[in-house]
Amino acid sequence: MLKYAFNRILLMIPTLIAVAIIVFLVLRVVPGDIVELKLTAEGGEVSMEQIEAEKKRLGLNDPLHIQFYNYMIGIPQGDLGISLWTEKPVAEEIGSRIGLSFQLAIFSTILAVLLAFPLGTLSALFRGTFLDYVIRIITIGGIAVPAFWLGMLLIMLVLSFGKLPPLGTVSFFVDPLTNFNQMIWPAISVGYRYTSVVARMLRSSILEVLSEDYIRTARAKGLYERVVIVKHGMRNALLPTVTVIGLEFAFLLGGLVVTESVFNLNGIGKLFIDSVIRNDLNLLQGLVLTVATAFVLVNLIVDLCYAALDPRIRYQS
Amino acid sequence: MNLKVSTPTKVVKPSRRTFIDFIREQPLGFIGLIMIITMFFAAIFAPEVAPYNPEDVDFEASPALGGGQPSWEHPLGADAFGRDILSRLIYGARTALSIGFFSAMLGCTLGAIIGTTSAYFGGKVDLIIQRLIDLMLSFPIVILAIVVIAIFPKTVVVGIDINVIIAIAIPFTPKVARVIRSQALTIVTLPYIDAAKAAGYSSSRIIFRHILPNVSAPFLIMLTAFIGQAILLEASLSFLGLGVVEPTPSWGLMLSGVNSDYYRTAAWMIIYPGLAVSIAVFSFNLLGDSLRDWLDPKLKL
Repeated sequence: MLKYAFNRILLMIPTLIAVAIIVFLVLRVVPGDIVELKLTAEGGEVSMEQIEAEKKRLGLNDPLHIQFYNYMIGIPQGDLGISLWTEKPVAEEIGSRIGLSFQLAIFSTILAVLLAFPLGTLSALFRGTFLDYVIRIITIGGIAVPAFWLGMLLIMLVLSFGKLPPLGTVSFFVDPLTNFNQMIWPAISVGYRYTSVVARMLRSSILEVLSEDYIRTARAKGLYERVVIVKHGMRNALLPTVTVIGLEFAFLLGGLVVTESVFNLNGIGKLFIDSVIRNDLNLLQGLVLTVATAFVLVNLIVDLCYAALDPRIRYQS
Repeated sequence: MNLKVSTPTKVVKPSRRTFIDFIREQPLGFIGLIMIITMFFAAIFAPEVAPYNPEDVDFEASPALGGGQPSWEHPLGADAFGRDILSRLIYGARTALSIGFFSAMLGCTLGAIIGTTSAYFGGKVDLIIQRLIDLMLSFPIVILAIVVIAIFPKTVVVGIDINVIIAIAIPFTPKVARVIRSQALTIVTLPYIDAAKAAGYSSSRIIFRHILPNVSAPFLIMLTAFIGQAILLEASLSFLGLGVVEPTPSWGLMLSGVNSDYYRTAAWMIIYPGLAVSIAVFSFNLLGDSLRDWLDPKLKL
């Protein structure tokens, strides 16, 4: 198991290097000019000389291979360059916001897992009944309803019942109740889709597993239906579901990008939009790398869960 | 010489399932199809169907001045500029459906070509393409789309935002390519591909004329599903201010201009545009799911 984990961790490195190289190359063809945008934002006319001087100061006039060298050397040291807009280190900009997004991601994962398991299981066990149809319609809705719209509806709902929780996020460790109150609504609006995807996956994999021969055998030897479903069915249906939970967790940032701007949360989703609007390439680069790293890490965890759940995978390697 | 051909008394027809069978076996898919056709016609005949011009400003009817409630005059209310919401939704269907269709079509076509090419050539080509696809699949589609938006300058041709279409199409490409490749892998081993090679046909002819037509079922299923996804993505991008821009009526854009006061005073400005997106995506999902169950139940998307 330990050897398996070690091998999986080593495999992450080439992937991340490839992402870093591609992101660098792709973002260098961006036509927009951050410097002009930044200087004109302060109002007034800007001369070519000023733009050139600013470019030189930010290191944008260096030859590409030098920029590339600095960038690649910086990454292992945790140095992602400076934000071209705020001129703070990119790592610091991301670091100060990632906690909020991470908490939101954890919240919606808990919510999704808690809801998806009963929904998916019931839907599969009562296949073809009224309950199954209701659950299926609810879960198809989850992949059709835009997360930001759901967020807006929730804000309307909260407003009609009373006051919105205060702006400015309170840390979970300072005031858990206020924090919960602030996080639960965005978590629901991202979590609906998450729940639906997981529940649908669980339903189809339970149905697939229950048609296997070994389930018939288990029933034939007279096991209780509950034992058949839980020990023989669920355990095998869990594998693809774990993958989906992991995948969706890694992809939560996609949902957070829109949800954070609805709820005015200062997480990395919002930072992402800002970096695109301001043409802040260094920041965008850093964020894309962060997303890729998150994906790779989650995949690693999923693989380890797989190995823990399924002895066949452990012995193979 | 007279060759006697015995004609069988009863011709056994290969069981071709008709459209009627589809309606009977997949009623939910048929409902989705009807809703899509309705939206399609509303979009085409928007000038006839819509009660107002979507860009007509009427400050009397603005919720900022206390007006704009849903009434006989404005069935779904009016927005902050006093523009009729129903009319904007109907014209918005044009934007949603055209961007949805073209971007899904572009993404699926590119994906299908890449997938079949990868399967046909195999070896190193396949390996490199697969690694690139894996890499692209490690990003959420919204993130990929936003990065593409950052790269491509804004270009509008005859009222359609080309850069938005490209931005939505590119995240779909690797997903389609992977599914099509797995289907094409079984096709390239079939004897008729060997026959085509033996006949001296070029690789591109074999790919386009012999392999691609045989992956049309998964292509059609994915195209339908991705049109829905594309509509959702267009709404999200426009909501974030990165997609379609004013004054083009777009469902996502209608939600982005909502001032925090309107949450309390003008709920109709929020409810209807989101409902339009949800219903449109829901219909395409219904149709896509049913098409899959009907054509290729084992296909995993």
